[in-house]
Amino acid sequence: MPNAHDVLFRTLGDPTRRAIFERLCREGEKTVAALTARAKVSQPAVSKHLGVLKQAGLVRNRHEGRQTHYSAQLGGLAPLIDWTSQMAGFWQSRFDHLEDLLKRMDQ
Amino acid sequence: MTNTATETRSVVVEREIPYPPEKIWRALTQPHLIEEWLMKNDFKPVVGHRFNLRGDWGGVLDCEVLVVETNRTLSYTWNFTHDDAAYNLKSIVTFTLTPTRAGTHLRMEQSGFRPDQKQAYGGAKVGWQQFFAKLDQVLARTY
Repeated sequence: MPNAHDVLFRTLGDPTRRAIFERLCREGEKTVAALTARAKVSQPAVSKHLGVLKQAGLVRNRHEGRQTHYSAQLGGLAPLIDWTSQMAGFWQSRFDHLEDLLKRMDQ
Repeated sequence: MTNTATETRSVVVEREIPYPPEKIWRALTQPHLIEEWLMKNDFKPVVGHRFNLRGDWGGVLDCEVLVVETNRTLSYTWNFTHDDAAYNLKSIVTFTLTPTRAGTHLRMEQSGFRPDQKQAYGGAKVGWQQFFAKLDQVLARTY
């Protein structure tokens, strides 16, 4: 399983892709056509970016007639702001205590 | 449809420690020593032993010993139950000790699953700006 952080940073590292995601976050659900109208790239390129965002869990799509609507999935960002960051801070401070203890212990 | 890549998460903290694995192993497995650096406990280095870690804040963690390889690997469950499911945490903590020329490379990996993280990002209300502000903090603490 690829590291969730790697996937997210790779996905959002592309400025065009990030702009599409930001727009969906700000403005809510959009069709591919609506997204293309404001993007500086072609519709197939926008569709490809949306596919990558979808794979990373950052957008969701639904079909309505012949249109596909995309919306942002903020939950996809959870790996970056979840309990792991809290726990990393916790363990760093506990390891400081552990090192203090080891200094005090007999060989 | 759920995305498993975002459900299972882990945190890794590693450190070079200028003491041999045997000494660190004692600190990881003797209850009075565990209490000094981690939490109050009734730990025993026996696979299947169930114990609690009691934090200063009043929280109690439910744990069960999974792996004991003396001076090398120690693993136990680290579960926290809360009335609000968003705070529940089921995880496994694994310490790995590798001898080095200068002492020991100590690695802690906590991998786990938390089903509901709504409070962490406040549903759809959290904006992108706020995310970036948090990201810096996260990166500073995670890496």
